[in-house]
Amino acid sequence: MSDLTKLTIAGARDALRKGDVTSVELTEACLSAIDAADALNAFVHKTPEIARDRAAAADARIKAGDAPDMCGIPVGIKDLFCTKGVASQAASGILEGFLPEYESTVSQNLVDAGAVMLGKLNMDEFAMGSSNETSVYGNAVNPWRREGSDAALTPGGSSGGSASAVAADLCLAATGTDTGGSIRQPAAFTGTVGIKPTYGRCSRWGVVAFASSLDQAGPMTKDVRDAAIMLQAMCSHDPKDSTSAELAVPDFEAALTGDIRGKTIGIPKEYHMDGMPQEIEDLWTRGKEMLADAGAKIVDISLPHTKYALPAYYVIAPAEASSNLARYDGVRYGHRAKLAQGDGITELYEKTRAEGFGSEVQRRIMVGTYVLSAGFYDAYYNRARKVRTLIKKDFEDAFAQGVDAILTPATPSAAFCLGEMTDADPVQMYLNDVFTVTVNLAGLPGIAVPAGLDKQGLPLGLQLIGRPWEEGDLLNTAYALETAAGFVAKPAKWW
Amino acid sequence: MSIDEGTAARVAKLARIKVEEADLPALAQEFNTILGFIEQLNEVDVEGVEPMTSVTPMRLKRREDVVTDGDQQAAVLKNAPDAREGFFAVPKVVE
Repeated sequence: MSDLTKLTIAGARDALRKGDVTSVELTEACLSAIDAADALNAFVHKTPEIARDRAAAADARIKAGDAPDMCGIPVGIKDLFCTKGVASQAASGILEGFLPEYESTVSQNLVDAGAVMLGKLNMDEFAMGSSNETSVYGNAVNPWRREGSDAALTPGGSSGGSASAVAADLCLAATGTDTGGSIRQPAAFTGTVGIKPTYGRCSRWGVVAFASSLDQAGPMTKDVRDAAIMLQAMCSHDPKDSTSAELAVPDFEAALTGDIRGKTIGIPKEYHMDGMPQEIEDLWTRGKEMLADAGAKIVDISLPHTKYALPAYYVIAPAEASSNLARYDGVRYGHRAKLAQGDGITELYEKTRAEGFGSEVQRRIMVGTYVLSAGFYDAYYNRARKVRTLIKKDFEDAFAQGVDAILTPATPSAAFCLGEMTDADPVQMYLNDVFTVTVNLAGLPGIAVPAGLDKQGLPLGLQLIGRPWEEGDLLNTAYALETAAGFVAKPAKWW
Repeated sequence: MSIDEGTAARVAKLARIKVEEADLPALAQEFNTILGFIEQLNEVDVEGVEPMTSVTPMRLKRREDVVTDGDQQAAVLKNAPDAREGFFAVPKVVE
């Protein structure tokens, strides 16, 4: 039964409970689908033995009754999560051969819930990228293609492998992480759902750090209900992450009533970008109409500092990265360069880091080093942190006016071709995150929901931004939008 | 603010990343593109604005000052490229 991999988490959960299917069957179906999909380069470390063991254990647990929702559900794990005894490289050459002695809190939460890990998923190196083209494993490929074309498209980034795997039904769902849009942009490019929760909702412990004040984990799934189910399993208060919120995790799935009557949805005028394709504008307009038809009140709002979010991000994120990535020194783990006669400790560092890091990662480390260096710290880093305060205040002002959620496009375009941006300057690639990066800077929850196809047959997504800690309410609004949009298209199988 | 090759070389040195002489002009050019983009921040009036230190209004928690972990030498050294006699091994540091 090859359709098993097409199940949603909710569908599989119910089928497992009824005894219509076993986790072992689901898992074998996914493992076969993964082996047949090497052309997508989504799974970069396969873990069939672990998967089979956990599936058998999950079946026993389900049989005994009282198993959690995620029990027996086959999922993929982004390579950024440390998984005990399983390669966890953050798609970087510098972590070649690294086998963690510990398990990240988020992946442990999934293990505890009975989820079945199928393997590790491709991504941009250290989550730095918007097209999955900076990976040491090579590009992940989008299962979607333009109508009448076989040009390979990017699944987006940095969680490109996660998006590709979920869209191609290689797994039921996957973990992602989002520092500037790395869950939501790939979700939008692949017709899947991705939510970045409020900063502090998911523990960052054991997730390879990129920019610690912005990084959050979240699920990438086939629909909004699945996002609610999986997010709930991933979240927890964790004493091992000092920024982890000491808040109870609500029942997110129970929040999905679909009733958004009386809710106020803000439309930020600053998100009308110059040169934005008409199709994106039209999609946004349709999204507004759908939410209005569902009984929400639509209001125009202003987030005046939106324009400065990307430049602030490209100071703060590289600054934090330069500090976080200082740990890769060739001494404690990962790659170490071969040294020449007479080389000392400084050459060890410099050669190891030049060999181990790809060019985009090197670039960001050096930009971060520069903006933090003596004489420039105030002009760049402190100024960016002040602008970040203003960006957050923009949102606080909107919420204070009674706005419950904000509707924006998820991305400024549909998926582009792999290689298309090779000759563009780095800033052109950074513009992919123009609608998503504000949410990370303000620490808010944001979700991408597939809402339509462009004229070339590629999926387009809308983003909803919620109040802090109100993921349940946000998911419910997304659920209403999903129901109204009725997006059911799937990529035609070519791989 | 324009970055020349000398500055690019100094930044690479600070970041402990070896950059070949021949690659410095292109690197300096990339820095200038990115910093040119960042310059927009100078348009913002930030007078009297506090730089953000925490995106959610939370106080960092403290824990009891007690040993909760340890005795894991083998696990700590497991991934080291060169470990000897219970230590990380590196080239000679002190002359």
